[in-house]
Amino acid sequence: MRFEYSPAPESRAIVTLRDSYGLFIGGSFVPGSSVFKTISPASEEVLAEVTHAGPEDVDRAVAAARQAYERTWSAMPGRERGKYLFRIARLIQERSRELAVLETIDNGKPIRESRDVDVPLAAAHFFYHAGWADKLGYAGFGPSPRPLGVVGQVIPWNFPLLMLAWKVAPALACGNTVVLKPAETTPLTALLFAEICQQADLPPGVVNIVTGDGATGQALVAHPGIDKIAFTGSTEVGKEIARACAVSGKRLTLELGGKAANVVFDDAPVDQAVEGIVNGIFFNQGHVCCAGSRLLVQESVYDDVLAALRRRMGTLRLGDPLDKNTDVGAINSRAQLDKISELVSSGEAEGASRWSAPCPLPDRGFWFAPTVFTEVSQAHRIAREEIFGPVLSVLTFRTPAEAVEKANNTPYGLSAGVWTEKGSLILWMASRLRAGVVWANTFNRFDPSSPFGGYKESGFGREGGRHGLEAYLDVTGSADV
Amino acid sequence: MSEAAEVSVAAQAGRIAVRKTYKLYIGGAFPRSESGRSFEVTGAGGGFLANAALASRKDARDAVVAARKAFPGWSGATAYNRGQVLYRVAEVLEGRRAQFADEVRLAVGGSHKSAFAEVDAAVDRWVWYAGWSDKLAQVRGGANPVAGPYFNFSLPEPTGVVAVLAPQDSPLLGLVSVLAPAIVSGNTVVVVASEKYPLPAVTLAEVLATSDVPGGVVNLLTGRVAEIAPWLASHMDVNAIDLAGALDAPGALADDLAVAAAENLKRVVRLPVSDWTAEPGLDRMIATLETKTVWHPLGV
Amino acid sequence: MNVAGDIAASEQSLRRFLHGLPGVDEVGARARAETLATRSIKTDSKRQAIDLAIAMIDLTTLEGQDTPGKVRAICAKARQPGYGAPPVAAVCVYPDLVPEAVAGVAGSSVKVASVATAFPSGRAALDVKLADVKSAVAAGADEVDMVIDRGAFLTGRYGLVSEEITAVRAACGDAHLKVILETGELGTLDNVRRASWLAMLAGADFIKTSTGKVTPAATLPVTLVMLEAVRDYRDFADRQVGVKPAGGIRTEKDAVRYLVLVNETAGEDWLDPRYFRIGASSLLNDLLMQRERMATGRYSGPDYMTVD
Repeated sequence: MRFEYSPAPESRAIVTLRDSYGLFIGGSFVPGSSVFKTISPASEEVLAEVTHAGPEDVDRAVAAARQAYERTWSAMPGRERGKYLFRIARLIQERSRELAVLETIDNGKPIRESRDVDVPLAAAHFFYHAGWADKLGYAGFGPSPRPLGVVGQVIPWNFPLLMLAWKVAPALACGNTVVLKPAETTPLTALLFAEICQQADLPPGVVNIVTGDGATGQALVAHPGIDKIAFTGSTEVGKEIARACAVSGKRLTLELGGKAANVVFDDAPVDQAVEGIVNGIFFNQGHVCCAGSRLLVQESVYDDVLAALRRRMGTLRLGDPLDKNTDVGAINSRAQLDKISELVSSGEAEGASRWSAPCPLPDRGFWFAPTVFTEVSQAHRIAREEIFGPVLSVLTFRTPAEAVEKANNTPYGLSAGVWTEKGSLILWMASRLRAGVVWANTFNRFDPSSPFGGYKESGFGREGGRHGLEAYLDVTGSADV
Repeated sequence: MSEAAEVSVAAQAGRIAVRKTYKLYIGGAFPRSESGRSFEVTGAGGGFLANAALASRKDARDAVVAARKAFPGWSGATAYNRGQVLYRVAEVLEGRRAQFADEVRLAVGGSHKSAFAEVDAAVDRWVWYAGWSDKLAQVRGGANPVAGPYFNFSLPEPTGVVAVLAPQDSPLLGLVSVLAPAIVSGNTVVVVASEKYPLPAVTLAEVLATSDVPGGVVNLLTGRVAEIAPWLASHMDVNAIDLAGALDAPGALADDLAVAAAENLKRVVRLPVSDWTAEPGLDRMIATLETKTVWHPLGV
Repeated sequence: MNVAGDIAASEQSLRRFLHGLPGVDEVGARARAETLATRSIKTDSKRQAIDLAIAMIDLTTLEGQDTPGKVRAICAKARQPGYGAPPVAAVCVYPDLVPEAVAGVAGSSVKVASVATAFPSGRAALDVKLADVKSAVAAGADEVDMVIDRGAFLTGRYGLVSEEITAVRAACGDAHLKVILETGELGTLDNVRRASWLAMLAGADFIKTSTGKVTPAATLPVTLVMLEAVRDYRDFADRQVGVKPAGGIRTEKDAVRYLVLVNETAGEDWLDPRYFRIGASSLLNDLLMQRERMATGRYSGPDYMTVD
């Protein structure tokens, strides 16, 4: 019997979209130099008008952050700072449905993911870091580590609210104030977060949100009033920022791209490994820096694993992100869709075999069907370049040593997956994989207490955990007191 | 008496308060002592405050059973979950700030200001401990670089059921400061409240009962420390005992308890504190933690 | 089946085969079951699912205090649940009450399933267990729900377990055999996978999770593993075996979650009472209440649902 699921849309009514949003500076929403529109990538409808922060606006924001730092935040005992963060965490929980729906319509990701993953993790990050605010002396950085000052943070469009939480929570917990620039295509949950800061009575200027495009980000990064920069985004832009900081001397952490290998051995728990492969590359439409975009499968089980993978891909549901049963949502923008298409064409041109499960695509909006390339070799562009879409490249290996060699054969080093029932093999692989995060018999698991970050060109610095605090503390004694 | 006269008497008395009954807190419920006994609690001014339940050894026994039953669930919960529960306790406590300030002032005397200060310190102390739940493993655990192809890591784990003798002279801040560190890591406890000032502890138990704390995680006994503590100290299913409430007791009570505790090698906590408002440090949490070290080879 | 015969030819070869199956990562299996449980089945698909679930129920009464009266009552409910709902798939009773059940469902499409083999413990000599089966079949049972010897399974005597199943299958004659694994006693999902394959190789028509007398009974992760097993077994042996979760499935929400699990694991070929059953008793009333709510727009109550 055919069991079709009827539409199960989450209601949009919980979100009240304003026609127009200002910048959040010094505790209030203020106008800026110009405006731009943000659209829903699933339908291409305009959602709202958002302000573009020009250099003067960035200047004002940094000044507000500096003032808040000097007059209020850096003098406040950690215990009290922590309570603000606890309030914010609670408010995120209280407004979680609203945040999830807003994230889904602005970003294109399925409501199930924003509801069950993004928003709860964002709240958890604030809870975790709230508890550090008055315990920094126990973090291993000396008895009373000082903050750095005003931090400039630029975040990407793939997990807008969660990336905001990863940046703002530790920064505030450590006593810094923040100017944050959300991605151009996904400003809305950051602006709702600003409202949450108001509801929490956060002192004005502690958090400032400057919406805009790449130019806004550049202005922020270059601003002399910023003591430290945190950037998550493309490796290309990360390198530009690194060059700039090499000259300016600003503290910097980068979380950039990846081309993670998901290694499946012949003794892997097959059904769970297939889930891990699917989750690794199709979760969030593959817009994940740590996506398992290369499947390295042991040659002896290639046929079985691929057959199971194709069968499983046949149950993926692509469509309206607000439908609670959608697994694969919209590609975030026309620009990203074009990039994916270009790389996929290169894959075909270079001789790899392309397969997608049959999947009707909606007429409007930006969509790409989950796709697998087999007969891929390391030399293919689709094996080397980050696609940042729902496209998996499959390669094979014969021995553990070969798996390690191939997995490490990339300028990136953000994450890796290992699938085997053998504990010693897991640990052997983990010790040799040049990646900042190794997932064994699981994938794409995140926790505020678990440090995340890359080797090599995937960036430097860690976010989350005790290690993640270092980025926001003066551990060298070189910052001004 | 005529109706008019009755009305006049009532009018002179003002509104009659509905007084609270102070019972034990065991397994998430509020039973009276199985012995049926109670004892008089007087306030700072010497006047009658309430009759509190006078716990017996059987109540202590039942409390240990409840604590043991609750241990797998509480220690098996994620650290995040325990932190959330403890933070919720702080929220509810804060909501009852005025009530607790009253209880403290009636018990120990002093001004409204000092009572509120104690309550605020107790809430903040609770929040401080709540935030430790998901950090203890990082501060007290880690990988060990052994010489050989082995992955080796050490982890803190809760020891089990902890008997806690709450400090005699600090019925809220002191109480919170010995209770929270025991449960944040996953231990379950049997608390013996201050003998002189037991009432704030019972009201705290009401807060725990309405704050998502699973029944049995915290059990509260009110009564004579010298009567009940020996039964807890000698109990073979209690894993640790915090002697804070016996340190200043007459005679050698604390020593006797420690000797009794040695029968099953309980972890004995003797950490005198002169100023409960000072930041506690890790000692009390560490005192009820075990350390587990695991080895696993690395190889193909 | 030749291949099955070769595998079961010796204790050793059976052991090697079963232990050579891919392992199950418990955390991963639970996570998959949990994600599938978030599927939101509404409106038409919900109506469809409710009726399908009703049609898949083995309406069960297995108590020491069962009487002919009790059996007649559930048979009446089984063939005519009320409110226009379809009849259930079968009634499930103890062997000595099979005659009452057969009489109770006569003329309807409802089958009679009987437990047997010293249900629920399975602790009796083989000839006693076989006699149990034969008496049920002779009394007219269409289906037999047997229990495996968990003691033998847990001590690794797979051959013994297999032989018992084969013997029971033979004793069933034309009746279909469901093999109860009692997953709540097997301890691990790896064991659930091995027991599933063992039962199928030995000739089971259905593999069933539980007797309902042990906690935990049916769970989504366990049923997930069993659905994976029947799916893989069909590819391996070209024979389709059914799955029956039983025990602990009390609400419409639970039942629909199981149907989603079937749909997205084994596939639509199993969305049929011939290949998927739900062993339950109070579930039927909850399905009927939800059915009424879908039909009338009002929440119903226990007063409107018959006690059986």
